[in-house]
Amino acid sequence: MSPDGHATAVHGGGAHAAAAHAGHFDSAEQQRESASLGMWVFLVTELMFFGGLFLAYIVYRSAWPEAFGAASHHLDVRLGTFNTIVLIGSSLTMALAVRSAQLGRRQAVVIFLVLTMILGATFLGVKAYEYHHKAVEHLLPGHGFQFEGADPRHASMFFCLYFAMTGLHALHMIVGLGILTVMLIMGARGRFSAAYYNPIECSGLYWHFVDIIWIFLFPLLYLLERHG
Amino acid sequence: MMQDAPLFPEQASTIASQIDNLFFFALGIAAFFSILIALLIVYLGVRYRRRHAAQTGEAPPHGSKAQTVLEITWSVIPFLILMVMFIWGVKIYFTAARPPADAIQFYVVGKQWMWKIQHPEGRREINEMHVPVGRPIKLLMTSEDVIHSFFVPAFRIKQDVLPGRYTTMWFQADKVGTYHLFCSQYCGAEHAKMGGWVVVMEPHEYQAWLAGEKSGQAEFMTGAELFAARACNTCHRPDTSARAPILTGLFGRQVGLQDGRRVAADEAYIRESIIEPQAKIVSGYQPIMPTFKGQLTEEDVIELINYIKGLKAPEGVAR
Amino acid sequence: MSAAPTETGSEPRTHYLNDGYGIKSWLLTTDHKRIAILYLISITVFFALGGLMAVLIRLELATPEGDLFQPDMYNRLFTMHGIFMIFFFLIPGVPAVLGNFFIPIMVGARDLAFPRLNLLSWYIFNIGGIFAFWAMMHGGIDTGWTFYTPYSTTYASTHVLPTALGIFIAGFSSILTGLNFVVTVHRMRAPGLTWFRLPLFVWAMYATSLIIILGTPVVAVTILLVGAERLFGVGIFDPALGGDPLLFQHLFWFYSHPAVYIMVLPSMGVVSEIVPAFARRKIFGYRFIAYSSIALAVLGFLVWGHHMFVAGMSIYAATIFSILSMLVAVPSAIKVFNWTATLYKGAVSWETPMLYALGFIGLFTIGGLTGVMLATLGIDLHVHDTYFIVAHFHYIMVGGAIMGYLGGLHYWWPKITGKLYSRFWSRISAGVIFIGFNVTFLPQFILGYLGMPRRYHSYPPEFQVLNVMSSAGATILGVGYVIPLVYFIWSMRYGKQASSNPWGAVGLEWETTSPPPTHNFETQPVVSRGPYEYPPPKEAPVVA
Repeated sequence: MSPDGHATAVHGGGAHAAAAHAGHFDSAEQQRESASLGMWVFLVTELMFFGGLFLAYIVYRSAWPEAFGAASHHLDVRLGTFNTIVLIGSSLTMALAVRSAQLGRRQAVVIFLVLTMILGATFLGVKAYEYHHKAVEHLLPGHGFQFEGADPRHASMFFCLYFAMTGLHALHMIVGLGILTVMLIMGARGRFSAAYYNPIECSGLYWHFVDIIWIFLFPLLYLLERHG
Repeated sequence: MMQDAPLFPEQASTIASQIDNLFFFALGIAAFFSILIALLIVYLGVRYRRRHAAQTGEAPPHGSKAQTVLEITWSVIPFLILMVMFIWGVKIYFTAARPPADAIQFYVVGKQWMWKIQHPEGRREINEMHVPVGRPIKLLMTSEDVIHSFFVPAFRIKQDVLPGRYTTMWFQADKVGTYHLFCSQYCGAEHAKMGGWVVVMEPHEYQAWLAGEKSGQAEFMTGAELFAARACNTCHRPDTSARAPILTGLFGRQVGLQDGRRVAADEAYIRESIIEPQAKIVSGYQPIMPTFKGQLTEEDVIELINYIKGLKAPEGVAR
Repeated sequence: MSAAPTETGSEPRTHYLNDGYGIKSWLLTTDHKRIAILYLISITVFFALGGLMAVLIRLELATPEGDLFQPDMYNRLFTMHGIFMIFFFLIPGVPAVLGNFFIPIMVGARDLAFPRLNLLSWYIFNIGGIFAFWAMMHGGIDTGWTFYTPYSTTYASTHVLPTALGIFIAGFSSILTGLNFVVTVHRMRAPGLTWFRLPLFVWAMYATSLIIILGTPVVAVTILLVGAERLFGVGIFDPALGGDPLLFQHLFWFYSHPAVYIMVLPSMGVVSEIVPAFARRKIFGYRFIAYSSIALAVLGFLVWGHHMFVAGMSIYAATIFSILSMLVAVPSAIKVFNWTATLYKGAVSWETPMLYALGFIGLFTIGGLTGVMLATLGIDLHVHDTYFIVAHFHYIMVGGAIMGYLGGLHYWWPKITGKLYSRFWSRISAGVIFIGFNVTFLPQFILGYLGMPRRYHSYPPEFQVLNVMSSAGATILGVGYVIPLVYFIWSMRYGKQASSNPWGAVGLEWETTSPPPTHNFETQPVVSRGPYEYPPPKEAPVVA
């Protein structure tokens, strides 16, 4: 029932059965499936977590389209697009890292993980620059908020939701980088093999999930009604 | 003794008996099933009590048709009863939600921790609401701060009162008397004290009361005075050179907006146009009006709305 | 169970309780059974705190004037009563204690899928609890457990943020528990244990876990937004800042209505175990009960709007929420009828767990039927936010959830501790709780229909007689809760040894020893028969 097709395909080749598993599991196979299912369930909760924010955003966006549209013009589409490309690239390198782990290629795992982390850090760097820019423009919601436009209160709401959503996303990226650091160490020590690649597979799921969240955030925040 | 500790609330509005009838129906259903289950449990528990230590029960016949029939029966019967209650409930709810066209409109403003009531004639009172018996009365309600809820048990109705928007409710009192008014939505320290009385009077007594002395009333500006004092009249002038829409005859009309939409000029629209003038721009006008947010109390806004409504008909205030 | 022979064999057997002593062996354990005990201790503390506040609330309401506490203090009391009882007792209650202990055993596994996450969830839970406790010690919070905006974000001057943070953190512990259960049920079942051979307790816990996984994150993010509005003064929910307070209510009830099922579904699962065990008869309509648990979990997510019928929602939305809410009554009714039918042609013994279970059925029936009244739009106009609601949800949560929890605790106590408690006192306590509960909450239905709003610190004098009755009942109820605390603790030291199957029940948990060994079973169990099939297999002799 493993939702990711490639995992089962690789299993069976190379060193099999001998892989260690925790005492309360019957087999490494059971452990791997449990970890994978657990990760998917966790991602469902994450989805609901962001879902609440998406809902709030959509409700308010449709209630005050002009204010939200005007506010979204203060976001830099070029930087957003750049970041989207960076993140999609990092998903690719992440997938390659998982693949290399399954094939037991220690060096490739390290290279791809490092690439993923560089891309992730780039994303965060650009995000930090954008945040800084917003602060300079007095677009941080709160007492210092200044907005030249028809409806500053709802523009402030836009930026509040913008910071909440992208901030939580960035927090997930930071956690992701921490996880990848652990994976890097494990990979460098050659802990992954065709029979054991659970942790890096689950980390990959997490990383892809964080990417997908951004794929929704980007059009919602940056692109909607951007024809003006 | 029973008078000191009643077990059932008075009925003092036209909808009260309707709600009570539905309630008694539902209570009858609830009592029937609760007692049925309780009796069944006791009867079966005693009838089939364990008589020796190693006794085991009889296994139900495997996959019997009777069991399926039973399961369907006790799913469908409750479902049908529920649908009766649902339809009956919706009927009452819709009645309660739709005020008759001839209802007199009162204004209610909730504030920590008092109710301010304003009669259509301009008379104001706090924590007391005098109403005539036998006339439908509509309340247009808002809050200055947090959410409150206007609750008159003898009328069997309540409605949350929210800041930043108008909610409505209506009733027709059918029994003269004095009834509790409560706030039923938790609103802070003195929530339990936020209440008072609804006094239902004979129409002539009500008229006398309206005409009576208004001592103890705080000074307030009427809508017309506010309209002048806030310089609304510099732009909203009843002539063609006005920079702002003409307000005469506005209330109840359809207004065309800049973005092509049409909206009804009701109380909520006028309130929004005062508090957030930029939200809806009337087509053909510039968005030049400043916001009055934070400068007018909800009562002031109500006075202004009342004034603008009065600009509608030449014969004056609608009764 | 009085004549139960003690475990034969004189050499001390290793089980999970004597497999290591000392504080470290408990605080760093990954054994689901020990973690269940840790949870039991934590939630008992929170239950005691919440109960103490309930006592003070009822004391205050014995007189109409509000003369015992200042209104501020009273508001804090009912708020913290709600928060401790709901977030720190009822929601973790059955899942984290009984579920944690018995799900792995019932599916024939050695532990939950993620034992370390399980321990982590206990720590997270306590950290959340400490935040809430800290807030209480420093003046508490007065928003009501519902945190309605804009009161909570703009007007309340109490410790909203630390309490909200505590609830936020505790939410993650439920998520971890739910996740663990889902994976365990899917992946760790013993050979031969198909889905339709699972005990109904496992089905109920599975349904509960689904709600936890899908609902908790939404309330977490809602709390986060409340925190942001309160901290930075940005407008999300406060209309004065441009927000919409109804959006808060939608988001809040999207979790908090299903949360009711998080509280009561596990207890329904417990009752589904107890009734067949003491009727010694296969449960009637196994599949219907199993599916009705899932139906409740699904429907539970579609009915949140019935908390908002008078909140200013569109009347058409209200109509839809009303009919959906009514549908919830159907699976509930199916359960009640099937439990009752299980007694027919059974061999019913009125042992303590059975008393609690039958009490549950009766009280839950009343709670459920009054819930139908509340879902009826016309009636809700009058009784919304009155004591009618208070009585209704206490029938569900105390009469339902807590009766089920106590029933389960009594049923499995011999398995958990290996000791028997006093048969006499436990039956007394069940009776006292049942009577005390009804005396407390039946008058509140009448009070509610008379129009006494909830959360009132003082009230008109004509409501006093019923309030005094309710307060008197609360005293009886309070005594009823102290009795089990005493005999349970007493039994741990002085109780007789329990056999592996003191009730003569079927189920994997009764096929291992009492208390179970660290890895639950000496040999991997293989399941070859359906659940609740009496008489039990020959290897486990029936003892009464």
